[in-house]
Amino acid sequence: MSAHEDGTITKLVVISSDSVLPIDAALEVYESEIEITIKETCFGTMVTGPEDAVNKVVEKVVALDKNHIFVKERGFPPGDDRRCRAGRGGGPRPGFHFLRNEIGMLPIIGKALDDYDNNVPLEKIVRPEKLKVSILKDIIESELTR
Amino acid sequence: MTKVFIYPTNSLILSDLIERFGHTPLAMMGQVHEKITTIGIDSPPLNITPEDPKHGLKYAAVEVPAGVRGRMALVGPLIDEAEAAIIVDDAAISFGCMGCARTNELTKFLARDKGIPVLELVYPYSDAEGKEFVYKISDFLKSLPKE
Repeated sequence: MSAHEDGTITKLVVISSDSVLPIDAALEVYESEIEITIKETCFGTMVTGPEDAVNKVVEKVVALDKNHIFVKERGFPPGDDRRCRAGRGGGPRPGFHFLRNEIGMLPIIGKALDDYDNNVPLEKIVRPEKLKVSILKDIIESELTR
Repeated sequence: MTKVFIYPTNSLILSDLIERFGHTPLAMMGQVHEKITTIGIDSPPLNITPEDPKHGLKYAAVEVPAGVRGRMALVGPLIDEAEAAIIVDDAAISFGCMGCARTNELTKFLARDKGIPVLELVYPYSDAEGKEFVYKISDFLKSLPKE
C-alpha cells in the first residue's frame, strides 16, 4: 500500500483461523513493545500508528497463521467519530456489512491458499448450464395444463 | 511492484491477495485516509465536501448526479494511477458505501477502457470456486512486472 503524507496508517487484521484467536493477535501486538494503538474487535484487531511500525507488527501477527489471517488498510482510525458506533447510537458501522460478507468467504480463501502453497493442481469446475428457454416454456405449459 | 486497481474498491480479500503476491493494491481505503487526514474543508459526518463533485467532473458529465461525481472524485484518481485491474463482479454486497449502481458501472467501464491488463472474476461460494479464484488471481499477478 502506498505511503501516506501524514506517515500514519490504520490496518484491519481479520482472523479466520482455527488456531489463532483475536486475543492471541492482540497479545502479539502488546508483546512487540512498539508504540502503536491497537483495538481488539470481534473479527480481529485494528492497528494504527506510524507506517513502518504498523507494517512490522502486522507482519508478525500474520506470521501466526499466514494463510488464515487477512489484512487490509482502513481509512478511518479506530474510534473516529464518523465511524465509531459509540457516538452514533449503536448499529453496525458503515462498511461492516461488506466486511462481514467477505469474512464469510475467508475459510474458502484460506483453504485455497493452503492448496496453493502445497502445489495442489487446479481441477476443472463443471458449472450447471443455464436453463434453455424451450425447457422453461415446457415447464410453464405443463404447469398451466395441470 | 505493479499498482493494481480493485473492484469492489474496498475489498478485504482482493487487497490482501494483491499484497500477498507482491503488488500494490489501489483501494478506496487509502483514498479515504488521505481525504480525512489532509488539512482542508471537512464536513463531518459527511465524507464528501461540496468540492468533490467538481473534481468528479473529470470523469462524469455535469448532468450526472452529484453522488456519482462525488464518488468518482475518490475512485477516478485510483483508475488514473492503475497499471492493472482486478474486477470481481456479481457481488451481492454492492450496497452501502459501494451501493451506487451507476458509479459501479462507470468505474468498471473506465478500468476496462483504459487498456491495462484486467482480470474479471466472480466471488467464490464453494471450495472448488475458491481455489479457482485464488489460482486465477495468483497467475494474473505473477504475469505482471515486479519492478
